This record gives sequence, C-alpha cells and structure tokens, in this order.
Amino acid sequence: MKAMMQKMSASRYGLAGIYLLAAALLMLAPMFTSDFRLNLLAKFLAFAIAAVGLDLLWGYTGILSLGHGVFFGLGGYAMAMHLKLQASGGRLPDFMDWSGLTKLPWFWAPFGNFWLAVILGIAIPAVVALFLGYFTFRNRIRGVYFTILTQALVIISVTLITGQQAYTGGTNGITGYGELFGYSLASPETKTALYYVTAAVLVLVFLLARIIVKSRFGKVLRAIRDGENRVRFLGYNPAKYQMAVFVLSAAFSGIAGMLFVLHVGIISPSMMGIVPSIEMVLWVAIGGRGTLIGAALGALLLNGAKSTFSETYPDIWLFFMGALFIVTTVFLPRGIAGLAVDGWRKLRLLLRGKRKEEPDHERSRYSAV
Amino acid sequence: MSDPVILRCEDVTVSFDGFKAVQGMNLVLGKSGLRFLIGPNGAGKTTMLDAICGKVKPSGGSILYREEIDLAKRKEHQIAELGVGRKFQAPSIFPSLSVEENLELAMRQDRGITATLRAKLRAADRKLIGARLESIGLGGKQKLRAGSLSHGEKQWLEIGMMLLQEPSLLLLDEPAAGMTDRETEKTGVLLQEIARDRAVVVVEHDMEFVRNFASIVTVMHEGRLLMEGTMDQVQADERVAEVYLGKRREAAC
Repeated sequence: MKAMMQKMSASRYGLAGIYLLAAALLMLAPMFTSDFRLNLLAKFLAFAIAAVGLDLLWGYTGILSLGHGVFFGLGGYAMAMHLKLQASGGRLPDFMDWSGLTKLPWFWAPFGNFWLAVILGIAIPAVVALFLGYFTFRNRIRGVYFTILTQALVIISVTLITGQQAYTGGTNGITGYGELFGYSLASPETKTALYYVTAAVLVLVFLLARIIVKSRFGKVLRAIRDGENRVRFLGYNPAKYQMAVFVLSAAFSGIAGMLFVLHVGIISPSMMGIVPSIEMVLWVAIGGRGTLIGAALGALLLNGAKSTFSETYPDIWLFFMGALFIVTTVFLPRGIAGLAVDGWRKLRLLLRGKRKEEPDHERSRYSAV
Repeated sequence: MSDPVILRCEDVTVSFDGFKAVQGMNLVLGKSGLRFLIGPNGAGKTTMLDAICGKVKPSGGSILYREEIDLAKRKEHQIAELGVGRKFQAPSIFPSLSVEENLELAMRQDRGITATLRAKLRAADRKLIGARLESIGLGGKQKLRAGSLSHGEKQWLEIGMMLLQEPSLLLLDEPAAGMTDRETEKTGVLLQEIARDRAVVVVEHDMEFVRNFASIVTVMHEGRLLMEGTMDQVQADERVAEVYLGKRREAAC
C-alpha cells in the first residue's frame, strides 16, 4: 500500500500502473482475506464511493457539505426498505405492526421492486440535493453559510426519521432481514459476490468522476473554487454547475449507502447523523482533497485504522484516532496524496540531480489525479 | 457621431444604503472606440462599470445595450453572454488552473453544463489559444499554473481571457495598475488596437496614460457626468481643474 502511494505522483504511465495495481488488488483481495475482513473491506469500499463524490463537491468545487450523511442514509434506507419488504414476505414489516399500522404506507410500495428501489436510492438523494441546491446556490449562499444549512438538513432528516417510528423504524432503524433475491446475505458466497459488486461500482464511480474532472466541465468546477465571480463574468452560470455537482455528489453517497446496507444489514438515523457526516469529510481531508485517489484511499485507510485501533486498544482507540486527525491536519494540509506527490517529486529530483523544477506546474498536473 | 450606438446609459442612479454612488449619470458609447472614464476618487467610475456589467443593480435610470436590451434587468452571466466583458482592478484569474486552461474557459463557446461536459479542444481552438498566448506575451508558459505568474503576467492573462471572450463592449478597471512603464505602453497600444472593432471603456487614474492613448475622455464627479471631450478640451476646462485641484487642496489640509 505504501509503495503504491509513493508511486502515485509518477508520470501518466506510473499513474495508469497504479490504477491497474489498485484494480488488481481489489479483485484479488477475496483470495487473501478472511470472510470477516472481506466484509469490512467491502464496507470501506462503499465509504470510498461516498468519499469520491464528496471530493468532487469539496475538493474540486470548494463547496463543503457537512450533510452527506443524509444522502448516504437515504440510499441506505431505500435498500433497507426493499430488503425489509422481501423479508416480510407480503405481510406488514414487524415494526409497523408494533406501532399499530394496519396497512403498508403508500410510499413503501415502490420499494418492493429491487430495481425501482435502486433507482429511488439514487434519485431521492439527488432530488433532495437539487432542492437544497436550488434555493442556496441560486441565491448565492455559499461558504460557511451553505455548510451550516447542510447541517440543518442533517438535523431535520434525523429528527423526522426518528419521530416517524411507524413509517421508518424510528431510532432502531430498519433491520431484521437476511436475503437478497433469495440468497442469504450472511453466507460467504453472497458476501464475496457483494464485495465484487461494490469493488466494480467503486471502479465505475471513480472512472466517471475522473472523466468529469478531466472534462471542461471539471475545469469550470475548479474555476468556481478559485473565483466564482470571474466564472460568472465569463458568462457561465455558477449556480447550475454547483447544483449539478451537488446532485452528482449526493447520488454517489446514495449508491454508497445502498451498498453499505447490503454489507452491514442495518440502517438507522445514527448512521446518517452529524458525526458520520463529519467523518466523511475527514476521509477526504486526510486522504487529500482535490485528488480522487486521495479521497478513496482516505476512506479506506481511515476506516482501516479505526477498526485496527478499536480491536487492538479497545479502551483508548479514540485517542489514536484523534491524534491521527491532528497530525494530518497540522502537518499534511494537502492530505496523504499531497504528501505522496511532494515525496515523489523530491525523490525524483534527488535521483536526477536536478536543482529545481517548476513546482507549481507539477502541482497543476497532479491536481486532476 | 454617425457611429451606431452600442450602449446608452440614461439617468443611471446607484445607491448603497442611501448613499448615492452614481446619481443620474449619462453615457453613450459607439460600436467602436476607446473611451477613458476619469474623475477623482469616489466619483463613481467603478460603480458605473459595475452597473453596466450587472454587479450592482441601479436603483433608477436605464442601461440600454444595442438600443434594445435593458442590462439592468439581466444577471451577470447573461450580460457577459450578450458580449459585455469586464476586467476588475485586481487581476482575477483562476490560480490553480494552467494558463492554457484559463484561456480555454474564456474562449467564446456554449457555456451550458452539457456542452462543457462534452467539449473537446479542437485544433482550431488550440490555434486560437496559441495565437492569443503569443499576443499577450505568455508564449511557452501555457502549461504553467496561472497562480505562479507575476502580477503583470496575470494582468495580461486576464486581458487575454477577455479578448477570447470576443466581447462587443469591454469594461476595464485600471488595466495598467502595477505594470512597468514598458508594459503600460504595450497595454495602451493593445487597447487602441482592440478598440478598432469594439467599444472599450477604461477607468484610469494615470493621466499620462490617458493623455497618450485617449481620443475621448468622460469626466465624472460626485456620481454625475461633469464633461466629455478630447483630452485637450478636458484639460482646458475650468470645472475639471477645480474638481482635481479642489481635491488636491483637501488632501493638503
């Protein structure tokens, strides 16, 4: 992993090599890991999908959302509702029964169909993001004010879902299901298959994000981050671009949430709250915002560290996590990816014996990594 | 003037919380030519440019573009798309993009989301950008990060971006600020050249620069039009002298 990161800043061939290596590692992982580890890794890959989406919004466009837990959660709920309906086999889901409902609420019905549930798991977060984006970006609400509004979205959503126990399962969330298409979610074979599905989705999302940041659209996004007003006076409408990237980013989080539920078997309001929303931002910050691979690696490494620390030092692991956050934010403002890029440049200069290349130039080339 | 009119500002008033930065300003511009807008500090020159390009909304009067479109009712990006380019006083370029990418975004094109998602840099575009790079003296620097350019180079890059926008009306706020004498001279020559087939308005404090390159000068004072004429006429005018001298007297106190 370490060797992989040092190489990351190499020339385009190096980069292609790293992508291939990463893809190979992803595909071969099931052969080397236990079922338990594989399940964990699959969960982290789902987080990486959300991180890539968040990076498009924050790293590339400069819009900080502390509300992506909501989009993740909405995706998760969509999948959980489908699984719950499957598990209930035509009867009313158990928690509705306990809450005194006698009939399935109308909005639950579409989730009975798997593909419809998947579409809704992407579309609902996207529509919520479009709604919020429409009223904020068009009115030029940005920076910290936008971020505060995303926090408000989290509080509203969590309160709403917690309060409507009969319809949403309340604080407990939706759980108690174990089958998808008749296959047991707990069986190693299903878990391995789901792992491959998640890895494939991550690769697809990553490639899509890469195409986007390399396109002129992506350049407009970076231009908005640098100077929204200049973009406006060139004749672009920044609000449309901001809405588009916010919607896309929310959709990615929704996809991540759906996969998460398949691996974990539960979704509850606490998984879409303030803390998970902030954690998502930390993955991107520590991995290196403005680099897609950094965001994805950040999600993997941070969650890996989290589970390692918590297993090894169950009492004090939170302190380790805190220390990790402080060290990275103080000493690595551009994240691990930034460190790798700088490290590689220094190494190459040493090897070639060159004095100084144009550092800014180098940076611009890698910023689209 | 027989030249057709591109911009007709009538009785334009802009107020900020009751303070009238521009009050009843009139300005008529032909389709081509270089116009200098001068006046003491606080005369409302920059605010006037802001009103034309949509950065501030006038509280009264009309700003008619091509004799038919009221710019006061449009948004900034719409005004830009209509062909009004604006350069601010501080160079504003996109520092994390390369010089080439800055120009690529400025290029005249469909600026919608679906268009930019599919847009490719065609050979003709490359040629256009290459030629512009040469003309603004940044040839060979196209791959550099724009943020690493010197102040003067950033000014030039921004002028280059404005030109690639192919505006019909170009509004520049002190384009020569912070430039060396030679760069200033070069800027003046370039402005005269581009003003041949478009209207260019320049807000300027450097009287030497105005004297060298102006054909017609518009003098503003306290948000109003004070006078308009050739540099000789303006310099001979008593009111203009008083406005500037009066200011000098205040400064001396």
